[in-house]
Amino acid sequence: MKQEGKRLIWDEYQKEIADDNYFYVRSCVRQNFFPGAEKTFLRYMKEMGRNVFENPSHTTCSGIGYHSDIVPFETAMTMVARQFALMTEAGYENFVTSCITSFGLYSEVLETWLHFPEVEEKTRVHLRNATGREFVKPKNLAHASDVTYKLRTEISDAGKYRLINQTTGAPIRVVEHIGCHYSRMFPSKGIGGAEYPYVLVGMIEEWGGEVIDYPERRHCCGFGFRQYLVKANRGYSVSASKKKFDSMRPYKPELILTNCPGCPMFLDRWQYTISEMDGTTYGENGQGIPVMTYEELAGLILGYDPWDLGLQVHQVPVESLLDKMGIPYDPEKKFLDKDGNFIGKPKSPSFLKFY
Amino acid sequence: MIDFGYTLTKDRQFDYDHGDFRFLRLVRSIEPSLDVCIGCGSCTATCSASQFTNFNIRKLHTVIRRGDPESIKAELKKCMFCGKCQLVCPRGVNLRNLILAMNRAIEQLG
Repeated sequence: MKQEGKRLIWDEYQKEIADDNYFYVRSCVRQNFFPGAEKTFLRYMKEMGRNVFENPSHTTCSGIGYHSDIVPFETAMTMVARQFALMTEAGYENFVTSCITSFGLYSEVLETWLHFPEVEEKTRVHLRNATGREFVKPKNLAHASDVTYKLRTEISDAGKYRLINQTTGAPIRVVEHIGCHYSRMFPSKGIGGAEYPYVLVGMIEEWGGEVIDYPERRHCCGFGFRQYLVKANRGYSVSASKKKFDSMRPYKPELILTNCPGCPMFLDRWQYTISEMDGTTYGENGQGIPVMTYEELAGLILGYDPWDLGLQVHQVPVESLLDKMGIPYDPEKKFLDKDGNFIGKPKSPSFLKFY
Repeated sequence: MIDFGYTLTKDRQFDYDHGDFRFLRLVRSIEPSLDVCIGCGSCTATCSASQFTNFNIRKLHTVIRRGDPESIKAELKKCMFCGKCQLVCPRGVNLRNLILAMNRAIEQLG
């Protein structure tokens, strides 16, 4: 499709994102996968002068159980209602989620209540009976990547680095990968719709990078919940990721940017697994393709220390990207905690180049 | 290599940009009636060899059209040349000669 056509589609799918005063709910799994990402979001939101409130007693949205056919929808709706009650009690109206699956579930629940008010009323009764709480539905629901997209120019203006190869002056080639539950269920809820989501593209373009289009761009990352949760099924998961890697490899991507908890996890970890299964690596010179969340990339653009962002826990080392962008880092501090204690170093992979 | 307890599965997608179509071109030049096949499967339904083996003559000409001739080499040996496929073909494809043409193409192209 011609670029002008994409612009027209993107124009049709613009959503309203609140400008300030957000009630933030974390993901139940992200802090295990990429522990620095959510903290980085809170850090740059504070630096940009935005008010973000968190209630430590919020729970999982239960979306991971719902999409794994373990948690029934009625239970999930009551869990979501409790999150909304916490927001209401704190005096906020703008609900921001860290997780794509949560965002999808919140959208699904609100849409269900819109069309079936009796279901909303039933959920209110369940919540009241279980916890004694009441709630007001959020005025604005956004994913944290929507908020970061809204602030992309401010981040760029305040940034120290850009997605530019400092040696050649060329833009860094970036593959963007959007979580399935961001806009595939409700295209109108995502920036750019389902076919041409613009939320990450907008960040990449604003920060100086070049977006790569490739045949399997909208293919699943491989997570797929049930594909992964049962060990015997994981061949489906890793094969789905391999299909994506094989498709993007000819275009020589230098970074994969994601906005979902599962996608960076699998696009990162499976590169190691595939290399150990058949010796294939997808980056230059035996390296992998670094995989990042938008929060981590925003942190790098803003000049935060890579090890403060938690980039040392990535399976595919990120040093190749740091070198290209001219970001300084101390290799000696990679595996030290904030107090300077050694946190342990993983064993080097057999094929994937490790720093 | 590490055994993780699960394995990669071979991608079943056909990429027409990267197929080997030399085989198809040669077979077609020897037996042009291949082009009138409508893929009805009557040949396979009546096949004598398929009663005893997993031989599937429709699959053979499907995979050579997809540019994947490697997988048919072992299969060809299962044909008994009884000719029943040719008798039932509604399009008059010379299927016995097609099998011979495939064998000849394997000899020539390896």
